[in-house]
Amino acid sequence: MNNKRNIMLTIAALVILFGVACFVQAEVNSYVRRIINLCLVYAIIGLSMNVTNGFAGQFSLGQAGFMAIGAYMVGIFTVPVELRADVFYAVPMNPHLVNVYMPLWMALILGGVLAAFVAGIIGTPVLRLRGDYLAIATLGFSEIIRIVITNATSITNGALGIKNIPPLNDVRYIFMAAAISYVLITLLLNSSYGRAFKAIREDEIAAEAMGISLFYHKNLAFMVSAFFAGIGGGLYGALLGTVDPKNFLFTLTYNFLLIIVLGGMGSVTGSMFGAIIVTAGLEYLRLFDEPMELMGIAIPLFRPGLRMVVFSILLMVCVLFWRRGIMGTNELTWEKIISFVKHPLSGFRKKGVQGK
Amino acid sequence: MLKVRDLVVAYGGIEALKGISVDVPDGQIVTLIGANGAGKSTLLRTIMGLVKPRSGSVEYNEENIKDLNSQHIVSRGITLVPEGRRVFPNLTVLENLRIGAYLRKDEEGIAKDIKRIYELFPRLEERNWQMAGTLSGGEQQMLALGRALMSRPKLIMMDEPSLGLAPLVIKDIFNIIRRINESGTTVLLVEQNANMALKVAHHAYVLETGRIKTEGSGRELLENEEIKEAYLGKKKK
Repeated sequence: MNNKRNIMLTIAALVILFGVACFVQAEVNSYVRRIINLCLVYAIIGLSMNVTNGFAGQFSLGQAGFMAIGAYMVGIFTVPVELRADVFYAVPMNPHLVNVYMPLWMALILGGVLAAFVAGIIGTPVLRLRGDYLAIATLGFSEIIRIVITNATSITNGALGIKNIPPLNDVRYIFMAAAISYVLITLLLNSSYGRAFKAIREDEIAAEAMGISLFYHKNLAFMVSAFFAGIGGGLYGALLGTVDPKNFLFTLTYNFLLIIVLGGMGSVTGSMFGAIIVTAGLEYLRLFDEPMELMGIAIPLFRPGLRMVVFSILLMVCVLFWRRGIMGTNELTWEKIISFVKHPLSGFRKKGVQGK
Repeated sequence: MLKVRDLVVAYGGIEALKGISVDVPDGQIVTLIGANGAGKSTLLRTIMGLVKPRSGSVEYNEENIKDLNSQHIVSRGITLVPEGRRVFPNLTVLENLRIGAYLRKDEEGIAKDIKRIYELFPRLEERNWQMAGTLSGGEQQMLALGRALMSRPKLIMMDEPSLGLAPLVIKDIFNIIRRINESGTTVLLVEQNANMALKVAHHAYVLETGRIKTEGSGRELLENEEIKEAYLGKKKK
């Protein structure tokens, strides 16, 4: 019964949020819309990374590579055919591809599927590794993907990147993609697969002794993660309007690592909060980059770059005091919200007693 | 029920098991005792499919299960309570139990079994929503046992269930092992606590550096002078 209620509440919340998205699309200026869109895209990718890193407990740093695959599928197939000659001015586009056009949604799904396929190939050898070794190996593969893209000039336009992607700054579209990703990932994680992922994260040997196939589940988590990273990467490309191999340096992965660590490894809602805080935080801390005058005196520290200093300090504080992130492995559930609405203070009181 | 023949297991160049044969008849408690490094845990891990043997055979109900993966072995009704309990620390007690039933699809049967396990271990029911990592050692051992029972095993293998527990708790655990056996589950028990293990066992093997040194009924071994000296801490008179 409670389950039914929760599903209804989730659907209602998504409908209301979609209404908000429509409102934002119509009323809010394009700068704010872009930030909101970026939050949503980062939420999708953060969520995807949380599937392997937070739930299955496999420390993988390959997200930038999978994003690149998704972004390039969008870049290759959604640029209008008549504009392609302008884009591929150095080396002409491969004749088999030059007339193939796809709508955005199709290119996104293709990107996701291709990313998952590549993840399946990479995962078979790499997922035998654990911990740091897995991180290094996936990092390496993510760079390999980028370098292959840089050198496949007739398909990807090499280091020049692909411009003229029809710009997508539509909150409704990206919100729908994020909502669908959220629902699918939550369904997966609440199924027996999700339970198996968590068991593997907690103790591989015990999980194996329970009859959970490590190979199958790790690979599944890795591929699902790559699929949604591909979708997110595609949206990222469409949002920027251009894709370039340099966008997908391995440093990009760290943004998402930040999001999931901050939000809580192993928490879906945590990834959402993490994505919003990191993206919006980076954007709105820009005031530190501008010169500031207080009572007629220019404060000397305010200059470009201070933003990152402040942001890094905030992160350090966050990691020092909430070592497991904002949410830990907990979720923001309807039960918690309802009990909070009913007794707004009891939660705090209880915490005070437990935490002393 | 379970027949192990001439099993040789090696880690790299070192042979942990040098050709051992063990029989576990249906409905009994069979125990393996031996010092550290005798190969007790290796034997259980090999039966479970977690380690691949170099040679020899493992037969379960007349079927060779030596080369099966562990999920197929679990689905045939063998389960392992691993050494050091190894509960899933950041999952609740209930989630731990549900993972034990991972290969089962019958929701009703699973719900019934959870109830049954809570009857067997009332302490676990009280701690239903607690993280398993916050339980005491004895409770974690109960949870590990309960989790193993969730797969409805015909043969349950336990690796040192008394490890690191207080004597009173050990007594409880052995009582429960007896009850599990009486309800029709065959038990293969590996122990360093030879005294307790031999008291509950129908049949016992003594393992020494990868070989079986002696075997006999639990009572026989309890009275065997050599065993007394080596494992029970009693001097020859």
